[in-house]
Amino acid sequence: MNLNLEANIVDPDGFYDELLEAHQHLDKAESDAFNARLILVLCNHIGDREVLAEALAAAAQRDA
Amino acid sequence: MVDVRYDIAFKLYPYKKVPAQDRPAERHPVVIVGGGPIGMATALDLGRKGTSVLVLDDHEGVGQGSRAICFAKRTLEIADRLGAGHAMLDKGVVWNVGKVFHGEKRVFEFNLQPQAGHQFPAFINLQQPYFEKFLVDEIRVAQAEGAPIEIRGQNLVTAMSDHGDHVALDIDTPDGAYQLEADWLIACDGARSPLRDMMGLSFDGRVFEDNFLIADVKMKAAFPTERWFWFEPPFKNSGQSALLHKQPDDVWRIDFQLGWDIDRKAELDPEKIRSRVDAMLGEGAEYELEWTSIYTFQCRRMQKFRHGSVLFAGDSAHQVSPFGARGANSGVQDADNLAWKLDLVIKGLAPESLLDSYSEERAHGADENILNSTRATDFLTPKSETSQIFRNAVLDLAGEHAFARPLVNSGRLSVPCVYDDMPLNGTDSLDGPEITRVGASCVDAPLDQGFLLNHLSGQFTVIAINTQAPDLQDVDGVALSLVSLDTKQHDPSGALQQRYLGEETQAVYLIRPDQHVAARWPSAEEADVRAAVLKAIGRGA
Ligand SMILES: Cc1cc2nc3c(=O)[nH]c(=O)nc-3n(C[C@H](O)[C@H](O)[C@H](O)COP(=O)(O)OP(=O)(O)OC[C@H]3O[C@@H](n4cnc5c(N)ncnc54)[C@H](O)[C@@H]3O)c2cc1C
Repeated sequence: MNLNLEANIVDPDGFYDELLEAHQHLDKAESDAFNARLILVLCNHIGDREVLAEALAAAAQRDA
Repeated sequence: MVDVRYDIAFKLYPYKKVPAQDRPAERHPVVIVGGGPIGMATALDLGRKGTSVLVLDDHEGVGQGSRAICFAKRTLEIADRLGAGHAMLDKGVVWNVGKVFHGEKRVFEFNLQPQAGHQFPAFINLQQPYFEKFLVDEIRVAQAEGAPIEIRGQNLVTAMSDHGDHVALDIDTPDGAYQLEADWLIACDGARSPLRDMMGLSFDGRVFEDNFLIADVKMKAAFPTERWFWFEPPFKNSGQSALLHKQPDDVWRIDFQLGWDIDRKAELDPEKIRSRVDAMLGEGAEYELEWTSIYTFQCRRMQKFRHGSVLFAGDSAHQVSPFGARGANSGVQDADNLAWKLDLVIKGLAPESLLDSYSEERAHGADENILNSTRATDFLTPKSETSQIFRNAVLDLAGEHAFARPLVNSGRLSVPCVYDDMPLNGTDSLDGPEITRVGASCVDAPLDQGFLLNHLSGQFTVIAINTQAPDLQDVDGVALSLVSLDTKQHDPSGALQQRYLGEETQAVYLIRPDQHVAARWPSAEEADVRAAVLKAIGRGA
């Protein structure tokens, strides 16, 4: 299995809204904690160690 | 002058002047410096094999401080092979339930149900002084049976010089100094190893910037026999984490993580300690402070555990954090690995290079222990804001969701190391279970009478299951015994089938003296067994 970096989210605008919504009434510390929980929940759902490693690598990359 | 650096719990080897102190340096085949758990286990193993061994310790018995309390199944099995396992089990506290708290909240509990069909439980709690005492008691039994073991108390090694084929030692005693020589020297002189320093050898690794306060308290309390661990404990002044764990004799181990910048002396004030313990146990709790100490820790090891005729074992060779109970437990595996090899080398049955495999196999074990104990420490004491956030996220999720519980790490308890892909390993042509692959230590199994490990008593052993195996008395002088088992007759529980055959119908296993699997086949000819024994003693092609 490979990490899917193609568009895969159904209703991207709706999802993005929901993500921001979830943070709306949180302060910085609460938001950080929320993000950490979210990452862990998603990582567990993926489970596959190779895919997770690819995801970490993809996240580490950014345009200069 | 021999300084007393710590109080003695059991005076087991009082100083006695020996004639050697007035004579020119006498030569010994093996001298062990340090009579801690590792030195004593090594001495007992060697002595029981008939190799003469002298233990020098700068004290007259076992130190008071408990230090280690958790002893793992593999350690008990090794101690049982040496004759001391049942004394430990009888005295020890067996526990299965662990509870993890985060602040006031109970996050989850686990139950390490003992796996059926093992003679020893996953671990017991036992004060280290008892562990050491039972080893020395067994040395006394072995001596009475003629084992050539000698212990000299209050013999402080002050200098050593390495002459290539032997070493010379300067020893201080209450009656002054004397010298002796050793063909082989085993340094079991602890984490601060004076011998390592005398030889100018490095001991590199990672220092963890944290202090832990231990209070062993004696009380009649109604707490259950469970391991309770708190992250961010709710009671006043209890630091970053805390632990409550039961030991024999109504003693409880309490551990508080205090952080880095502390005033050691102030923290060790009994009044201050009592106020912390009161906050944890509740006002009015009645207890006595048995032993208190503050410790910091490192994770590090020597690069090589063999330097010519000097061998390092236990804490002198490697040091880990206490989380996971991997210190003494791994050191006892060092003793288990070293004794038979040195014995064969001294008897001229194996080449000296066999001792390099001791270093290689046990350094591999040390790396595994360091990795596990470093990871536990990083979870317990997050090193950055972000790691703290993730740590707490795991704890927040673990209460509700099963998936997060395996991520909670308050120490992964010691399990024996598997010598995968090591030079002494022979053929593995059986399509058998993973747990008993070549390199693994034998998993115990109940037989119709007794347990499998009772048949593996410190020499090379061939186990033939549902088949014939060549009955060799020895291979070039290396003794070999044969255990023939038939699952229809000897395996009422089915454990032998499950642990040693899996889907297969028959197998031949070659087991090393330390109960690790050297080779296994569906069936074996004399030449196969011979080749595997030679490989396992460092004479392989
Ligand atoms: C707080 C704490 C908790 C722990 N909990 C656990 C646990 O639960 N499970 C576990 O497995 N491990 C645990 N450990 C680790 C365990 O205590 C050590 O790994 C173990 O004691 C190492 O044994 P050793 O024989 O190598 O060294 P030591 O026990 O240190 O023995 C060394 C001996 O050498 C002697 N000596 C030193 N220098 C000289 C000299 N120059 N001449 C003569 N003699 C000398 C010393 O007096 C001593 O008797 C814990 C450690 C600590 C600090």
